[in-house]
Parts: sequence; structure tokens; C-alpha cells
Amino acid sequence: MALIETRGISRVYRLGDIALKALCEVSLKIEKGEFVSIMGPSGSGKSTFMNILGCLDKPTTGQYLLEGIDVGNLKRDELAGIRNKKIGFVFQGFNLLPRTSALENIELPLLYNGIPVKERMEKAAWALKNVGLEGRGGHHPNQLSGGQQQRVAIARALVNNAPIILADEPTGNLDTKTSAEIMELFVKLNTESNITIILVTHEADIAAYSRRVIRFLDGCIISDEARVKT
Amino acid sequence: MINIPSTIRIAFRALRVNKMRSALTMLGIIIGVGAVIAMLAVGTGASKQVEAQISSMGSNLLIVLPGATTAGGVRMGAGTQPTLTLADAEAIRNECPAVAEVGPVLNGIAQVVYGHQNWSTGVVGTTPGMLVVRDWDLSSGRPFTEQDVKNATKVCLLGQTVVENLFGDDDPAGKIIRIKNIPFTVLGVLERKGQSAIGQDQDDTIYIPVTTAQKKVFGTAFPGMIRIVMVKARSAGELAYAEKQINELLRQRHRIGPKQDADFSVRNLTQMMQAAEQSAKVMTLLLGAIASVSLIVGGIGIMNIMLVSVTERTREIGIRTAIGAKTWDIRLQFLIEALTLSLIGGLAGIIIGVSGSKVLSMLAGWPTIVSPLSILMSFSFSGIVGIFFGFYPAYKASLLNPIDALRYE
Ligand SMILES: Nc1ncnc2c1ncn2[C@@H]1O[C@H](COP(=O)(O)OP(=O)(O)O)[C@@H](O)[C@H]1O
Ligand SMILES: [Mg+2]
Repeated sequence: MALIETRGISRVYRLGDIALKALCEVSLKIEKGEFVSIMGPSGSGKSTFMNILGCLDKPTTGQYLLEGIDVGNLKRDELAGIRNKKIGFVFQGFNLLPRTSALENIELPLLYNGIPVKERMEKAAWALKNVGLEGRGGHHPNQLSGGQQQRVAIARALVNNAPIILADEPTGNLDTKTSAEIMELFVKLNTESNITIILVTHEADIAAYSRRVIRFLDGCIISDEARVKT
Repeated sequence: MINIPSTIRIAFRALRVNKMRSALTMLGIIIGVGAVIAMLAVGTGASKQVEAQISSMGSNLLIVLPGATTAGGVRMGAGTQPTLTLADAEAIRNECPAVAEVGPVLNGIAQVVYGHQNWSTGVVGTTPGMLVVRDWDLSSGRPFTEQDVKNATKVCLLGQTVVENLFGDDDPAGKIIRIKNIPFTVLGVLERKGQSAIGQDQDDTIYIPVTTAQKKVFGTAFPGMIRIVMVKARSAGELAYAEKQINELLRQRHRIGPKQDADFSVRNLTQMMQAAEQSAKVMTLLLGAIASVSLIVGGIGIMNIMLVSVTERTREIGIRTAIGAKTWDIRLQFLIEALTLSLIGGLAGIIIGVSGSKVLSMLAGWPTIVSPLSILMSFSFSGIVGIFFGFYPAYKASLLNPIDALRYE
């Protein structure tokens, strides 16, 4: 059983009378421990696909099986539970809570998982250390650089031991050097902790860190190839 | 699964971030709760005052007034024509089984002199029964007796106000004062009673035997004339019987036929006072109701701010939902925020209301009583207001679609 399996999923956005098909019958499988990058021009449906994989959105037609479970039948709060325990999100714009310390940002998923205070503190501290930000726990997002903020976001994605990290253009707002550092971090998480990583990027250098590249165009997969690490 | 302490912390943090706004939002509740407490305190104070005045009047009282006669075809109001006599009063006491005691009154204003001091006061000619009728004890000395009434002796009892104005700190017992230039021996001093229901100083009075008043001080238009009779019934339950018995007795004594109008009237003082008390209670309710309106307005203020807050924090809600916050996590967060605003506002309002009542008492001289019940009620009401007006914004927040919320700028 694949960790992630989509069976002919499509997503249609309705804007008044116009129906816009952002995804058309996408089928793929992703196994546990894979490091996949999704590429494609702007508007090709990458984010739409990621939102469905992340259980933030549901496909208009088709089936999405996560660990063999058909997510399409789940209720709002059940989906929230899956997002909390199975999936870590990393966004282009970081999406940290402002005026809230790094540690408290990292703690959030634990909070919604009902973990007691003491364990929360320990786990958040561990995640912070794991992304190389020891000692920055008390900083607020606006006191951190872009790269550091993205590390906090990754720590937040890690903290609940989610088996999957979904990253939509995680390096889109970062310079080349910082991007490389963030990608090294993903590679480390993938190889050391066997976390499945799926990330969206425009850039070939970024995709080069992954071991499988899926290309989208106009809502369809046009290529899906494994690459040999250089 | 919902973690209440953490949710409370989240709510507090959000409120701290917008201190000024939180404070202004609370102001509505503060004013509302403060107004409710202060208004109820004013109303309760007024009711209690009326109650105290009623008990100071004496309990189970009837008052017999002369008049209501037809003089030459012109109908006169009650009390306009003297028709009652001391014998009537005695007959009421002796022949009406429901009557416990009577106090006849022949009164007037007189100048009173002691040494260099003089004072104008109400002089009441009455019998020892009056002290029983009005539940009035002496603070010192002894009352005059039936013997004094029989002999029309020149003795008197002084009210506290009279004592203060004539004697200052001296002990008046045994001293001679002059009423309308007639020397009277002071037998005793009446206990302090305070103001009457109509704001009269009840202690500004002198009691003398009714016969002395008739023969030596005021004179009478006909033998035995008195102005009114105060009557104490045996119990509250017997008031109505007493009223009926007095009516029958006096009609008989005054030879009034069954079709004729009586030349006297019997009023139930207790009933009149109870009506006053009732209206004071109604006023309390009314004041409280008006003040509650401001509490509701305060609640609408909370709802308004919470709605703004939900819109402003759409992105935050999106982030929380994306990483696993469930419907009730989000709802509770905003509900607790609203509740915190309203409860802190409620606490501050209690402080303002209680001190405001004290200030009102001091400045306007109104008696105010802050009852613990009014504090409890307005505090829980502010909590209810918080939950009620916080629920819609919280509900709205919990329905946000995470993708749209994350994209919100
Ligand atoms: N919420 C939405 N409502 C309507 N159309 C949308 C919405 N989100 C995305 N789209 C459209 O769907 C298509 C795919 O968008 P998206 O998945 O964001 O592409 P990508 O992430 O590859 O740039 C685009 O044409 C976009 O305009
Ligand atoms: Mg995109």
C-alpha cells in the first residue's frame, strides 16, 4: 500500500458560469520515504494538487487515499485531525503566527493534539534543535530572518512526528544560499528520519535535491521521473 | 481534546496585543454593570428607607379623620370639620375587639422656651396609648399616665430634636419648659425616630396629655374635641375588622343613618405605606431594567469588536485550521476572548458600581444599599452577555475555509 495514492482526481473551480479545471484526472502513487518535487509553470495546478494532498481541499472527482484511507469521506474535524497528525505544512510565506514566539508557534500542532504542557515544551525544544535554531525559541517571527522563519515553520511541521511534509515553494522567498540550507535540512529529515517530502518548486537547482520529479502542465502530469542523485 | 488552559492563554495574548481596543470594548460592559449595580443600590436604598419609615410609624395602623360632612349642601373634604371627641377615641378602644390601642391627637404649633433658648415645634396632646400605637419608647425618664390625662397636668415628653434645640447637652428630665408661656415639667425624652415617609422630622415634637392641650394650650371648638385618632389593630390580619368595627361604632355614636354620608373617615395607614413601598420596588426594577439596556449595548460592542477581530485574524485562523485546529478549538478561542472581555469588564463594573453608589450617597444624600445579589446577578449577566454576543463571531470564525483564510491579506 502506497503512503499516498490519487486515483484520477480532478478539481474544478467554479467562478459564476465559468468552470475552470485546475486538475484533470491526476493519478499517482508516492511511497513512504520518497523525496518528490513537483514542477511546472505558474497556474499549472501545483498548489491545487498540494492542497488536496494536504487535506485542505477535496477533489471534485476521483479518490485520494492517504495510508489507504479514502479521505473524501471524512468530516471537517476528522480532516483537521489528519492535518494535525499526518501532515506537516511548509508554505512559501512561512505562515507563522505574528507576535508569538518561535517556540509557541512550534507548539501549536501539539496543542491541538491535546499533548500536556511538559511534553509540549520538550518536543518543541527538540524540534527547534532539529532545525538548528537552538536558543532562538523566544524570538518572534519579525525578529528572525526569512531562512530562520522557514526553519521555525519546518520545526512546526516536524513536531507532531508527521510522516509527510508538504512544502509549497518553500524557498520562493529566500535567497540562493539560504535556499540551499533549507534544502539540506529537508534532505537531512528525509534521510535521517525517513520523512516523506513533497515540495513544489520552479527551480531546477531546488528540484535537484529530490529523487523524483513530477512535472505539471495545465492541470495534468506531463512527466514523472526518478533522478539519480548527482 | 480541547485544551482549555492553553486556549485561555491564546485568548489573553490576543487581548493584550490590542490593549486599547480591549479596554474600550470593556468600557461598555463596565458602564453597564456599574449602572445596574448603582441603580439597584439607589432603588433598594429607597425601598429600605420607606420600609424603615413604615416601621417607624408603628405597625397595623388605622387613622380616623373627622369631616367628609355636608355643610349647607357643600361637601367638605376629610379632616375639614372637627367632629371627633376624646370620648369617641375611648369608645373605639373599649368597644372594638380588633383594636389594641388608640392614640387621640389634638395638636398645633407652639413656641417653646427654656432658659434663653426658644423653639417652634408641633405640640401633640394625646394619651399614654399613643406610645403603644406608634411603637415608640422613651430614651430616658417616664411617660405620663392616665392619671395625668384625667387631671390635665402640665407635663410633657420631648422629641430628640426639641431636646437638642432647647437643652443642647443638658439632661432635660425634671426641668420646666414653657409652652405658649405655660410652664410644663419634662417627664422624659422620646427615642429618636428620624424622618417620616413624607420627609417630616418625627423627632421635632412634644407630647402632652390631651386634656391639657384641650383646656390649657389650644382650646376646643366644642367639648372634648380632638383632631384625629390613631388606632392600632391587634394584628395585620385584624386591620380590616378594626376598620369595619370603628365605622359601625362611630356611625352609631354620631347617629348617622344608613343612607347618610359619615362625618368621619377611617384610613388604613399600613396599606397606604405598603403602596409607597410597592412603588419604590417598582422603581428599583425600572432603574435596573434601564441600566440592563446599557449592559446589552455593551454586549453588542463586544460582538462588534469580535467580528472585526475575526476578520483581522482570518489568516491566523487559516494557519490554526491548517495545522489541525478543530471547529471547537477555534470557537472556544473566540468565545473565551469575548468572555474574558465581558467578565473583566464585569469585575471593573462592580468596583465602579459599588464606589459610584457610595459617591451618590455622599453627594446626593440618597440612601444606597448594594446587595450581594445585585453584584452576583450583574456579574453572571455580563458573563451571559459575553457568551451570547461572542458566539456568532466565534461561529463565523470556525466556518472559515482554511485555503481561503490562508490566502487572505
Ligand atoms: N480558489 C480558486 N478559485 C478559482 N480559481 C483558482 C483558485 N485557486 C486556483 N485557481 C486557478 O486554478 C489554476 C491552478 O492554480 P494553482 O494550483 O494555484 O497553480 P500553481 O500553484 O501551479 O501556480 C489557476 O488557473 C488558478 O487561477
Ligand atoms: Mg502555487
